[in-house]
Amino acid sequence: MDFQVVVLAGGFSKKLVPLVSKEVPKALLPVANRPVLSYVLELLEQSNLKDLIVVVEGEDAAFLVGGWISGAYVDRLHVEVAAVPEDIGTAGALRAIAHHLTAKDILVVSGDLVSDVPPGAVAAAHRRHNAVVTAMLCSAPVSGPADSGSSGVKDKTKKAGRYNLIGLDRSKQFLLYIATGAELENDLRIQKSILRAVGEMEICADLIDAHLYAFKRTVLQEILDQKDTFQSLKEDLLPYLVRSQLKSEILFNGAPQPEENANEKVASQNNQVLLSQILSNSSRPNFHELHELGSYGSASSRRTHKCCVYIASKSKYCARLNSIQAFSDINRDVIGEVNHLSGYSFSAHNNIIHPSAELGSKTTVGPHCMLGEGSQMGDKCSVKRSVIGRHCRIGSNVKIVNSIVMNHVTIGDGCSIQGSVVCSNVQLQERVVLKDCQVGAGFVVIAGGEYKGESLAKKEK
Amino acid sequence: MGAPKKAPARAVSDDPEDLASVPLQAVLLADSFATRFRPITLERPKVLLPLVNLPMIEYTLAWLESAGVEEVFLFCCAHAKQVISYLENSQWYAQPKFKVTTIESHNSVSAGDALRLIYERNVIHGDFVLISGDTLSNMSLMRALQEHKERKKKDSNAVMTMVVQRSKPSPITQQSRLGTDGLFMAIDPTTKQLLYYEENTNHLKGTLSIDKMLLVENSSITLRNDIQDCYIDICSPEVLSLFTDNFDYQHLRRHFVKGLLVDDIMGYKIFTHEIHSSYAARVDNYRGYDTISKDIIQRWTYPLVPDVLSLGNSATNLERQGMYRAFEIGQSRSAQIGPHTVIGTNTTIGSNTKITNSVVGKNCAIGSNVLIEGSYVWDNVTIEDGCELRHAIVCDGVIMKSGSVLKPGVVLSFKVVIGQNFVVPPYSKVSLLKQPTKQDSDEELEYADNDSDTLDPAATGTMDKLNGDSSLEFSEMQDHVSSELGYGGVGYIWSICEGSHEEEWRHSVAPIPAEKVAEITQVIEDDLELVSQDSNAPASSGELKPDTQINAEDDAVYFEKEVEATFLRAVNENVEVDHVILEVNSLRLSYNMQAADCAGAVFHSMMKLALDTTHSSQNELLRNVHETVNTWQKLLKSYLPGKDEEIEVILKFEEICLESVRELSPLFTQILHLLYEKDIITEEAIEDWESEKKDADEADRVFVKQAEIFLKWLREAEEDDEEDDE
Repeated sequence: MDFQVVVLAGGFSKKLVPLVSKEVPKALLPVANRPVLSYVLELLEQSNLKDLIVVVEGEDAAFLVGGWISGAYVDRLHVEVAAVPEDIGTAGALRAIAHHLTAKDILVVSGDLVSDVPPGAVAAAHRRHNAVVTAMLCSAPVSGPADSGSSGVKDKTKKAGRYNLIGLDRSKQFLLYIATGAELENDLRIQKSILRAVGEMEICADLIDAHLYAFKRTVLQEILDQKDTFQSLKEDLLPYLVRSQLKSEILFNGAPQPEENANEKVASQNNQVLLSQILSNSSRPNFHELHELGSYGSASSRRTHKCCVYIASKSKYCARLNSIQAFSDINRDVIGEVNHLSGYSFSAHNNIIHPSAELGSKTTVGPHCMLGEGSQMGDKCSVKRSVIGRHCRIGSNVKIVNSIVMNHVTIGDGCSIQGSVVCSNVQLQERVVLKDCQVGAGFVVIAGGEYKGESLAKKEK
Repeated sequence: MGAPKKAPARAVSDDPEDLASVPLQAVLLADSFATRFRPITLERPKVLLPLVNLPMIEYTLAWLESAGVEEVFLFCCAHAKQVISYLENSQWYAQPKFKVTTIESHNSVSAGDALRLIYERNVIHGDFVLISGDTLSNMSLMRALQEHKERKKKDSNAVMTMVVQRSKPSPITQQSRLGTDGLFMAIDPTTKQLLYYEENTNHLKGTLSIDKMLLVENSSITLRNDIQDCYIDICSPEVLSLFTDNFDYQHLRRHFVKGLLVDDIMGYKIFTHEIHSSYAARVDNYRGYDTISKDIIQRWTYPLVPDVLSLGNSATNLERQGMYRAFEIGQSRSAQIGPHTVIGTNTTIGSNTKITNSVVGKNCAIGSNVLIEGSYVWDNVTIEDGCELRHAIVCDGVIMKSGSVLKPGVVLSFKVVIGQNFVVPPYSKVSLLKQPTKQDSDEELEYADNDSDTLDPAATGTMDKLNGDSSLEFSEMQDHVSSELGYGGVGYIWSICEGSHEEEWRHSVAPIPAEKVAEITQVIEDDLELVSQDSNAPASSGELKPDTQINAEDDAVYFEKEVEATFLRAVNENVEVDHVILEVNSLRLSYNMQAADCAGAVFHSMMKLALDTTHSSQNELLRNVHETVNTWQKLLKSYLPGKDEEIEVILKFEEICLESVRELSPLFTQILHLLYEKDIITEEAIEDWESEKKDADEADRVFVKQAEIFLKWLREAEEDDEEDDE
């Protein structure tokens, strides 16, 4: 397909403290007991995109991620793991590995994406329109995360900020506007020239940028070279391309320029235009071409470039693990509503209990639950809508609801865990009550402790 | 381009049950409250100007009648007598089931005044159609009316439905084919509610700002630039009372629509109804006049076409290629009449004369070897041999002596005489009346382009004479034979640069000349350049700011000055605070400013006032500030709904200290403290200001440094508070 994929796997994201630790970078956070990165890799594999570069922030994290990938995907994918310095931003990360890029088009995907939208479809849309960039958009969940009841009040103020503001043309194929930075805080500023050219623009607040982009490589490299202040793909580079689409500054001065602009173009262009029109079901040339022509045959034909979107259908799942809330939500969704993503086959009770797990008497594991390999549970326990990792030792009379318990966790008798995340190697002594808490790796909660809405972690030295 | 389709005749097919309860009423404004058609409108009201040989108002009334309107209130102001006497001689007073009532006013200067007057008369009892006498349509009102009524039932705040039509403005001139400026609207795609309306677009401003809150309430909005306002509104009676409540509303769109959209306190809503296959257009300027005339000739407006609609006995015959000829015309054998041309009754045309794409009225005498192209020649015009007319408008009674030439875009008002072999330069406006001297009073300047057709006394005087016995005046003028218009010419050429008229070519009947097109194309290129250039700037956040700021700056300066003047007047005349708020609000609307801008401007004025009050030492100055803030804090507070505005005030304050009034800078901290104590500025705002400045240059941080002690105190106080809380 001549697509090269760059997976931006991040590093030790500060937003996810205390879930991430020195041993577990963001990419390896478990979603239904396997690293989140595996969801992206398998998604790409399904679309037959096997030539990958995984970019990780920080050498340590890169080492961990690299180790895991070489173990899990050794024969299946051709993966290169590249380490880049921390905090250089998504554009910075791409700049750092730009010399590795050789294919005609580059697919950039965030490593924290959990989705079942085929990236191949995005790539196809990109090629069809001969776009410089194609972004994948997903519909926002209708009522937000399931347990947003508690944050109902905040919802109204957060709403506009959480989703993206995206301007599309009438056919919903071209990206005309994307809100950035201050515009999310203040008023939207819409370029009149674009609006004039297209006539009608729909601004949607219910779409999420899935952070999966297809770029034309020459364009990507050129911009990264020239605009050395650009830090973020989403906030700098993409808005820049969108803004300048009718007055393209891209020179196409890379190597493949001749084949792109010279005589071959003339021959193939017509076919391409025709084809794209048939595919896009429009009988008239789109506004880019009209604008390019100018009117009254003005001497300087304008250069334009196309920014496209691929809008995933509403039934598809798409989420990014970029906050603690998202971590809980995604875990719950993967073992619940979208369990086909987990890759496991669920039992008749709609749950997965590893054959090697041991359950005490009168212990119930409800639907939408997962119990990992070698975990043991005492008597009269109850597990609802939760994920429990490998080799956990859980005492008796323990209640676990809406929570994620990672590997090697010890839970004493009579604990109650609700809406919380308990990381690996944590020890909860007897009668601990956690509600909406996060417990960092290796932490010990002393017997009888009661916490609500807190983040517990070992002090970093 | 949404070219209108030919619509079948929609006669009075409305089912009577629906409308029986309340007869459908209409308010027809027979005064455009604009000066676009000057000098012609100095002598005759716009609604009586002939459009393809029929006064415009005929089309409007014919449509209203066919659309099922039963009662029309015809509001006339300028030249009211002429309108009334025209109606008296027309068929309209005698129609069954169609009642026309005139309402006459002499002192209304705007549509707002007109509607206020109609409200006072208490004649409107239900939903009504609001339309001006220069609008042409063949749409059926049923759908729009029904939609309006259904919405109204569900939501009593839905007071108006605006009829719009798809029409993409030209990418070059950014004006629609009717010569109006491109319009930007934001519409809710599901409910069709109008959320944003911007006409009269500032061509320099490269971006459009949309309030983010719109997107909190609606999951998506549609921005449109390919829409044209038909100026046909279906209104609920509340609209009239809204005009009365807001006595500062003048213009229907600029004030009323914008006012409702900006002010969400009352929650009134405006909806749009898009028509697709029927015709609706308003004659707004000469270009619109030209376009609509052609549309009529080409029958887009059916049944409002010359051979169907005809006045009295002057029947017109449609021939091939869109030629309409009255029956009694005297046409020489060698005269050529081209396609899309209308010739009125009793007109004679000499030999070898060529007329194409033009309209010629009644009783005209056209000599030999005349060339008329794309022009509008009204009634009783004499054109002598060898004249040439290209894209011109020639009013009643004009005499063109032999060999004279009208260049494109010329408008000859009533009874002008063009001298022999005289060449009238392009875009000239010629009238027997002198151009009104520059209006210099404030009020008139402000409404310079939507001023009424009422004349200043001098001009009215001349006009009366003209209408009465013009012979005296006429002969007087005849005396100085070599006038501005050549030998034997009579009339004055108006100087072109009159305010908004400077871009004559935009609104003229003449096609836009090629060099102009090239010129604007260049401007557009530059414009685009500008946009991308500022994105070149190292704006790491990728905002689109600089460009707009530069252009908005002028506005901001004017706005500030106006606010200051208002404020000072309020201080001197002891105006109540509430009234000042009202005045500043109206300024805000007209300049399209945010609350933060108002707060900044008000604060600026307050500081100016404190400074202008006599003082001899810093302490006295501080006391002055104290007093001013005390007296006017209510005014300032009304523009401080949130933190952002407060921060704006602090930033403004810094700017004042740095630029205009350096005397205040030593007092920065004290005044900031004062504002804090008066609860005008909250500590959150101060903290945010501080953190905003954290990364700024040293020079920018002068005041943060100065206020350091205060800031520290503030933080400690807050911590204390928190500790207390615990």
